[in-house]
Amino acid sequence: MSDVILSVKDLTAEVDGTPILKGFNLEIKAGEIHAIMGPNGSGKSTFSKILAGHPAYTVTGGEIVFQGQNLLELEPDERAKSGVFLAFQYPLEIPGVSNVDFLRVSYNAKRKHEGLDELDAFDFDEVVRSKVTLLKMDPSFLNRSVNEGFSGGEKKRNEILQMALLEPSLGILDEIDSGLDIDALKVVASSVNALKKPENATLIITHYQRLLNYITPDFVHVMANGRILKSGGKDLALELEAKGYDWVLDSQAVGA
Amino acid sequence: MTIQSTLSDVGNLGVSTKVDRAAYLLGLLSLRSELPSELAGLKEIRDRAFSLVRDRAIPSTREEEWRFTDLSGLLQVQFQNSAPSEIGFPQIESFLLPESTNSRLVFVDGVYAPALSAVNDLPDGVLAGNLAAGVQLFPKLYEHLALHPGGEEIFTALNTASFTDGAIVWVPKNQAITPPIHLLFVSTREALCHPRALVVAETGSSVTLVEEYVCLAEGAYFTNPVTEIWLGENAEVRHTRVQRDSVAAFHIGKTAVSQARDSRYDCTTVSLGGKLSRHHLEVYQTGEQTDTKLNGLTIVDGDRLGDTHSLIALSQPYGTANQVNKTIVSDRAHAVFNGRVVVPKAAQLTNAAQLSRNLLLSPKARVDTKPQLEITADNVKCAHGATVSQLEDDEVFYLQSRGIEADQARKLLTYAFAIEVIDRISVASLRNALTQLVRIQSA
Repeated sequence: MSDVILSVKDLTAEVDGTPILKGFNLEIKAGEIHAIMGPNGSGKSTFSKILAGHPAYTVTGGEIVFQGQNLLELEPDERAKSGVFLAFQYPLEIPGVSNVDFLRVSYNAKRKHEGLDELDAFDFDEVVRSKVTLLKMDPSFLNRSVNEGFSGGEKKRNEILQMALLEPSLGILDEIDSGLDIDALKVVASSVNALKKPENATLIITHYQRLLNYITPDFVHVMANGRILKSGGKDLALELEAKGYDWVLDSQAVGA
Repeated sequence: MTIQSTLSDVGNLGVSTKVDRAAYLLGLLSLRSELPSELAGLKEIRDRAFSLVRDRAIPSTREEEWRFTDLSGLLQVQFQNSAPSEIGFPQIESFLLPESTNSRLVFVDGVYAPALSAVNDLPDGVLAGNLAAGVQLFPKLYEHLALHPGGEEIFTALNTASFTDGAIVWVPKNQAITPPIHLLFVSTREALCHPRALVVAETGSSVTLVEEYVCLAEGAYFTNPVTEIWLGENAEVRHTRVQRDSVAAFHIGKTAVSQARDSRYDCTTVSLGGKLSRHHLEVYQTGEQTDTKLNGLTIVDGDRLGDTHSLIALSQPYGTANQVNKTIVSDRAHAVFNGRVVVPKAAQLTNAAQLSRNLLLSPKARVDTKPQLEITADNVKCAHGATVSQLEDDEVFYLQSRGIEADQARKLLTYAFAIEVIDRISVASLRNALTQLVRIQSA
């Protein structure tokens, strides 16, 4: 079995008729952490939403193969159950649904998909509490409505808690660092590191290099105008931090 | 009951409409029974209401107040007098609240059922019973019965002209009652009835009230209740009104509330049943620094209609009013909300907020919402708004991205929308029962 988790080839996509992705290529193998960086509007968040199956985006060409499966044929919930997880840049608030109930429904959907028995509230409580402890979260979190009245940091940690429960093959963190102070950032980063396994992969989408001080990527890609312009190791992130994005964009313009 | 399709046909035509609608109303009025001798003191009030109704007609949609609520369907249904049903304890057991085991008044088709009621858990001096008996103990009730503004409204007047008994809850000064008082109105047959309730919370008292309309069979009956609540100075009333009538029934109800200074009225209404249901909810702040909270939920499906007409009338300084009205409308159903908040010049330094939130679950579902703030005071804080929406794609997507199927995601979001209102109910068993009902309805 191949250890390729995700393979994206020549992907093009649009929203409301406007092209956003213009020939996007990426391959992610098990155990790897990839980071996609880029200026605002480069299409990096769009790419993460397309992976998760957001209905607003239309794929117009290319392919996405996830663990040997054509990902584009799957509904968003099927993708999630197959092991794709997107931590949202702006997690939604669902007043009226307790966090623990939401987590249980989600957890059981995945177990059912895997042919396992669903857990009742009592058994699930044990599972979720172990994750809450692992992520050093306040257990009172569980009884509040999903994300309602959560601070920015709490929302992001709640996303990581969901990821911890669902144990995805591919975790996509969309701007998980935006709006976080340095302490919250450290907590989120150490949680992500704690969840890393050799058989899983992580894709980090970020605007800032700061996060990569705490989560060390194996590969860094610079994205602009719907394409990856440059790929490299973790040092590329430092170079971007020092020089900004312009030199990549400029060198691309010269090259073109 | 008989269905007369010819009547409904005429119901939509010009001049003859007026006559038929008047005749129909007169027919409803003629079904009223004699006043029991104990309530002879009500004769004048009743006669006055009778004359208010006698020369009028069932409103048509040409009247602004009834523009969206078409009563033509009611005209197709004929009611007759019949003997009240005899029902026993087992038939109502599922409606009982453990918190109110000994603080419960049951009315069957509008008639007090002492054998099914139990009021031995109340402190001395508290009266909970029926009007006919209560009037002996509290002749003062004449100072409160049928004296709210808005009594000339046609169905309110029809009730006042027709009711022959009712519930009374009288909480004396500074008395705080712990168990909720459960007023259970049970419909058993296809008849017209006029449930009536009078609640008086004297100065400094506190009471929790559950007013509930339920049925034993899915019939086309007509319930026309009126509840009056008087809060004395610094009194507190927590009121939950639940309408779980038959989906073939007509329910046109009134709740009229008067609040003296420093009093607090917190009302949660949940309307689930009725082919056509309408609730008039009117709160009059009569003293300074009164606080009013209204939270409403209406769920309608099929071709049913659910209507809430509310009024919060501030009149004094330092009052607060907060209202959220939610509707969930599916299939070809229709929800109506008309909410007036009146802030006259005298009501300075008040704070009023009103929000109408409506969730449409099908392309043929319909909502007519009209939040209205009428402000003439110049130093107040007021806000109002209305939202009509389908479920947000982003919300559904968020749940889907956690492995929850789209269909299930929509149900969960609908449930969440409803449960925000139900979670406000302080009586646990009722809150749980309604949670279950909503879970089933959105499943």
